[in-house]
Amino acid sequence: MDDIYKEIILDHYKNPRNFGKISQASAYYQVYNAFCGDLIEMYLVIDKQKIKKIRFFGKGCVIAIVSASMLTEHVFGKKTDEINKLGKEDILKMLNIKLTPIRLKCALLSLEVLQSAIDLIK
Amino acid sequence: MLDTNQIKKDFPILQRKIHGNRLIYLDNAATTQKPKQVINALVDYYQKHNANIHRGIHTLAEEATQMYEDTRVKAANFIKAKSPREIIFVRNTTEAINLVASSWGYNNINKDDVVVTTIMEHHSNFVPWQQLCLKKRARLVILNTDLNFKSKIKRAKLLAITHVSNVLGTINPIKEIIKQVKRINPKCLVLVDGAQAVPRMPVDVSDLGCDFYVFSAHKMLGPTGVGVLYAKEEILSTMPPFLYGGDMIKEVSLTDSEWNYLPHKFEAGTPNIADVIVFGSAIDYLQKIGLEKIFIHEKELTDYTLSRFATIPQIIVYGSGNTTGVISFNLRGIHSHDVAQMLDSEGIAIRSGFHCAMPLHKKLNINASCRVSFYIYNTFGDIDKLILTLRQIIKKFH
Repeated sequence: MDDIYKEIILDHYKNPRNFGKISQASAYYQVYNAFCGDLIEMYLVIDKQKIKKIRFFGKGCVIAIVSASMLTEHVFGKKTDEINKLGKEDILKMLNIKLTPIRLKCALLSLEVLQSAIDLIK
Repeated sequence: MLDTNQIKKDFPILQRKIHGNRLIYLDNAATTQKPKQVINALVDYYQKHNANIHRGIHTLAEEATQMYEDTRVKAANFIKAKSPREIIFVRNTTEAINLVASSWGYNNINKDDVVVTTIMEHHSNFVPWQQLCLKKRARLVILNTDLNFKSKIKRAKLLAITHVSNVLGTINPIKEIIKQVKRINPKCLVLVDGAQAVPRMPVDVSDLGCDFYVFSAHKMLGPTGVGVLYAKEEILSTMPPFLYGGDMIKEVSLTDSEWNYLPHKFEAGTPNIADVIVFGSAIDYLQKIGLEKIFIHEKELTDYTLSRFATIPQIIVYGSGNTTGVISFNLRGIHSHDVAQMLDSEGIAIRSGFHCAMPLHKKLNINASCRVSFYIYNTFGDIDKLILTLRQIIKKFH
């Protein structure tokens, strides 16, 4: 049972980083994964093309929530150009766990929301 | 309880280890495992009897045709249909319902007509009617779980209803419902989705009085790729064909064609010959055990599971009342996908998600759920392991 559900993962799940909303966000996006009922929202404050403030909100399985939590820590302070280049491999490296194809969808949900939010500002 | 020790010996897949644990398969509502008698029948067919059917004169063709039609007779007897002409072989339950919707439905449902279904249906017995009503600008009436149909049936042309819910395990009182429907509105036809019923209880379509009854082979020890549409002969005779081509015709000229007799009118092209024949072996296997005994076995497993669930405060069970072999539940604060993943790491296979019943989940206000479903090879020991592992999962998260 320990492969995916190890301490560091469960810690992010029980205490998600940057969890919440931003009332005056520069960018916002939301995706609902109907397949499993995961919902992730991203709120961003962007200044000079850098992420000045980031929050995520939503509900879902461990993989979706932890991925969002780790992603918000990972991208804080980074340039939007850099974030648009992130892909599947970066998320897998970030999570550092083995994922089956179905759970991979859960892991990539927050990246999709983040990149879509940034896309909308252009 | 059935003699599960003996039964399990017939199922080679139950010897598998999953992540180092013996497989505990609790996803039978999705599909069932196959006994070696069924697996051997498939090999036997291709090694000894394989030929196309209904046309050839040579020995293999005669044998294959006989074996195929023998299964039709077995299927008719299995659900006590009046005649094998009322058994149409299709790909699965979904295709059976789509056949009725596109043939009978398209011909009989017109603007402002009423089709009644329920909130607890599998998507296969919901989406076809939803789409037919949209196309024909007819009205789709959706009954709640209380099945209060009396006021809705007066102007209805069809009631499409499940026999056993694949989410809640509820057994609907189909015989009583059909009696009342026909009394209120004799012109209203009834289609019953029996996919979760026929594997686990005796079904008598003549006694039930339904006009259509549908089910799948793979949910009752049979192979995938085979389903059955039962329909009363007088209704099938009025229905246009579903698919056109070979075998469903008597004669073809340049300008028109004459349809074949029942049931061949609805079986165009080369069917899934091998798997239909193998389905016959699955029916034999089940009838040897006895559907009444299977029903009791499942009831005992269900009661045991529910009583053990009651000792875990974090479990929420959905549905209540007259249920069999299917239980949907959630662990408070833990997503069903995570529960399913962690159970899998201990060798336990359950289903998590919406179980092809999104309207029901929305109605019950749940995001996604876990589902366990039993069959003839499951034991009290399987459930004990399930309970133990659920407790471990809860500990890990709290």
